[in-house]
Amino acid sequence: MATAATTIDSSGAPPEPSYLTVKRGFRNWIVTLDHKRIGVMYLIGITTSFLLGGVFALLVRTELFFPGSQIVNEAQYNQLFTLHGAIMVFLVIIPGLPAALGNFSLPIVLGAPDVAFPRLNLFSFYLWCTGAALMLLSLIVNAADTGWTFYTPYSTTTGTAVVPAVAGAFVLGFSSIFTGLNFIVTIHKFKPKGMGWFQMPLNLWGIYSTALLQVLATPVLGITLLLLLVERIGRIGIFDPALGGDPVLFQHFFWFYSHPAVYIMILPAMAVMSDLITTFSHKHIFGYRFIAYSSVGLAALSFLVWGHHMFVSGQSKLASMVFSALTFTVAIPSAIKVFNWVATLYKADITLKTPMLYALSFILLFTIGGLTGIFLGALNVDVHLHDSYFVVAHFHYVMMGSALIAFLGALHYWWPKMFGRMFNERVGQVCAVLVFIGFNTTFLPQFVMGARGMARRYFDYDPEFTRFHQVSTIGAFLMGITLVVSFGNLIYSLFRGRRAPRNPWGGTTLEWQAPSPPPLYNFYAHEQPVLYPIYDYSDLYYDEKEGGWLRRADAKPEDEAYEP
Amino acid sequence: MSDHVHETGYDDETHSDMGHVASKRVLLTTWGTLMVLTVVTVTASKVDFGASELNLLVAMVIAVIKATLVCLFFMHLKYDKLFHSVVFVSAILLATLFVTFALMDSNQYQTDVYWQQKDYQPTSETDKAYPVLQPY
Amino acid sequence: MSSAAHDEGAHAGHGHAESPFIQHHFDDGAHQFESGKLGIWLFLGQEVLFFSALFVAYIIYRHNHPEIFEYAHRYLDVRLGAINTGVLILSSLSAAWAVRAAQLNQRRALIFCLAVTLLCAFGFLGIKYVEYAAKIHHHTLFGKRFAPHEAPDGTEIEQPDGNPGKDAKGQPTAKEPLNTVGGVKAQPIEGSKGPPPGTAPVVPGDPSASKEEPASAQAGVGVLPAIEAQKAAGAKIDTESSARPPPNTGMFFTIYFLMTGLHGVHVLAGVFVFIWLLWRASKGHFGPRYYGPVDFAALYWHLVDLIWIFLFPLLYLIA
Repeated sequence: MATAATTIDSSGAPPEPSYLTVKRGFRNWIVTLDHKRIGVMYLIGITTSFLLGGVFALLVRTELFFPGSQIVNEAQYNQLFTLHGAIMVFLVIIPGLPAALGNFSLPIVLGAPDVAFPRLNLFSFYLWCTGAALMLLSLIVNAADTGWTFYTPYSTTTGTAVVPAVAGAFVLGFSSIFTGLNFIVTIHKFKPKGMGWFQMPLNLWGIYSTALLQVLATPVLGITLLLLLVERIGRIGIFDPALGGDPVLFQHFFWFYSHPAVYIMILPAMAVMSDLITTFSHKHIFGYRFIAYSSVGLAALSFLVWGHHMFVSGQSKLASMVFSALTFTVAIPSAIKVFNWVATLYKADITLKTPMLYALSFILLFTIGGLTGIFLGALNVDVHLHDSYFVVAHFHYVMMGSALIAFLGALHYWWPKMFGRMFNERVGQVCAVLVFIGFNTTFLPQFVMGARGMARRYFDYDPEFTRFHQVSTIGAFLMGITLVVSFGNLIYSLFRGRRAPRNPWGGTTLEWQAPSPPPLYNFYAHEQPVLYPIYDYSDLYYDEKEGGWLRRADAKPEDEAYEP
Repeated sequence: MSDHVHETGYDDETHSDMGHVASKRVLLTTWGTLMVLTVVTVTASKVDFGASELNLLVAMVIAVIKATLVCLFFMHLKYDKLFHSVVFVSAILLATLFVTFALMDSNQYQTDVYWQQKDYQPTSETDKAYPVLQPY
Repeated sequence: MSSAAHDEGAHAGHGHAESPFIQHHFDDGAHQFESGKLGIWLFLGQEVLFFSALFVAYIIYRHNHPEIFEYAHRYLDVRLGAINTGVLILSSLSAAWAVRAAQLNQRRALIFCLAVTLLCAFGFLGIKYVEYAAKIHHHTLFGKRFAPHEAPDGTEIEQPDGNPGKDAKGQPTAKEPLNTVGGVKAQPIEGSKGPPPGTAPVVPGDPSASKEEPASAQAGVGVLPAIEAQKAAGAKIDTESSARPPPNTGMFFTIYFLMTGLHGVHVLAGVFVFIWLLWRASKGHFGPRYYGPVDFAALYWHLVDLIWIFLFPLLYLIA
């Protein structure tokens, strides 16, 4: 039986060093095979990239504060939004939850010592670094100005450094593929006895569905970017009409991956949401099987709708109609999840800790983002709204308001486990609320602007939109400052935070039985995790002395909660 | 969590500790069939079936048969876990989906494609006699 | 309950010692092998999708412009392609046999089979080199670089500088402007005023205007339905052994080089993998208790063979 009540032996020191302190030194970290260290390294890389992408975002919004040129000219503006998009999509959101937090949590949640292929995991990380370096190269030399979508024929003819940016995205694609491959095999082959598919935490269903997409969809991005590179360097003509090529074909190739890609972004977010909501409601998730099936269903359906990005690109009417109809179906699994989460919240004993505040934000913002996606999926409406700020607002609601908010929520959720420290709860809560306010201030006006005709990627605009842009910019800065403060809060906790108990939030999944932070092989050799029924909170109680949650079944005779 | 495969000795030709051992007969028969089919497909390409689509169909059918033989016997799919086949076939199905939609779409707008050079100006008298398609 | 199996004692369950190559986070060799197997199949799945876009491009371009494929594929040497197919099939046999040898602890057979696979891979690359060299020599390259001097049947093609072409017997061919194929000229789309059906191909006009155009930017054959309409009307349309390629024929070679090039890169990668395997096999790393790398590399190699099984008829055996 796991003695979850005590984290330390009588001498006060843990029986094994944690993964953070065993084998110190940069050299040991850079060649580590430990999934937790790899996750932490990803986290550092991803948050740095997020800061960089955020700086570009704020530059964009500053430029747009007034009509006309403020701080950059037209060409530079194109580069700003391209870099913002490319960094955020390829370096932050797509790897974000799976690589940083998924890497850390997946094996522990399975009670396993590591992922299936630790060396491949490290290789994925190296690929991420290489991709990031290539993108940085593009930024330094002459940042690409094609938009993150690299549409031909502009991307094959512009003079900016498209090649490094595209090469970077290509390499990042393989990082994603190998991570997904690793996760699929880990989930198939490392489940403990007693944990069948339908006893798995829903977090894992989401990671599994994401991993399927990563493995099956990303190669198409790989070949597309490769074709783009060869076209640009060798002028082979596959996308060049003068040589008989078809530029719309590029868009088909690109979006065949990039639509599933957005589900790679949102599925892990939804996965974490299921765990967060059930934990902070102290209640079994409502509709476990529905959520599980809807994760896989969403992954499957996501392959069928890519043409909805191409309604006005010259795609045929027939294809557009088919894709529009299919797009409506893809809303169904998402809606199923939202209904189940809300039903979980109903009459639950909700604790409004920081991760839960992010989770509640997620539900609202994802609903808005998802519904506005349906507006865009309607063919006739999209003709009006395509390439307007309505689209910008829609995808920021799902990518930032949902995926990134989920990332923040998950980060706060697992922070105590990862680093053994509690962050300042009050600061975390205030930041969560301010991020919510700042986010809506930034992007709600953009829906209105877009519907009224403000086009996206435009450097200048009609003065009638000025107020909208100004409100949006103010919101962006509010969000930016709050995010910096919340990261600062987390980092500060590393030095001054209270030591975290094993189970600060009262979760039922296996990672909350591991020490905070865990030792190298996740559990002490003499303390193997015990599998309890999934999402069953009846046995948990909060212990003041521990500062965290314990199980009555583990209570010793001297503990108050002991029941013989 | 993993099923420990029943342990057998080294000398057993058909069983190994892990995974199925292909027999010499299966390997050589598969190889022979593949070579024969290659000869068949080259020969068939020289035969005139009437429409060129039929040649393509024949070639593709033979290719699929060859591919199936490689998958089932050389790659052991016949003896492996079903999930491996599911993974592989799913990838092929997705690729098929991709082809179908892209082809359907491009087919629709081919009549709008200006296959000639964009600023083509007819020069000969006979060419000038025909109205030239202008891009919209 | 899972085991945090990093203690060697957990491995002692079998009568034979586990291979030293079993990693510690796995329960045992079988666990590692099964995981690796699933992993390689997932990798092969993604490889299929990696190539898929090229097959999409092939299908779309061939469906919409078969004349390009029918003309240009004759530049390819079917015999070399068929030999390459045979070479790869043999290498598949030897790769599969190598796995069998490892499973049965037949070290010499394993090394022999791996060596045969490697030799076949080199043979394949060698033949590919010959083919590519020929294409470079004949200027039958991708996109804009498609500027052959000869049609597939040996007839010389009129070059943009106005040199009259010669047919295989050395007789000058009729001077045709670059904007025609066998005399069929620009056709408007159906619905607009077209030429009366049954009109014979026309006398060439003044080619001087087209001299400045590069060979590949040939304005010429109109939209396909018009050709079919003319064929149906009985006009003699010579699109096959014409002295001039149809417009945008470079697209065939774009697709050819992309597909065979990417395939060749995968063959090359396989060469490195098999060299590594050969080295490990010579050191005796593989046996019935540990042969995963051989099995997985062989699976990869079979996929490379599979792709070629489709590339060969699609590129070389067009009727």
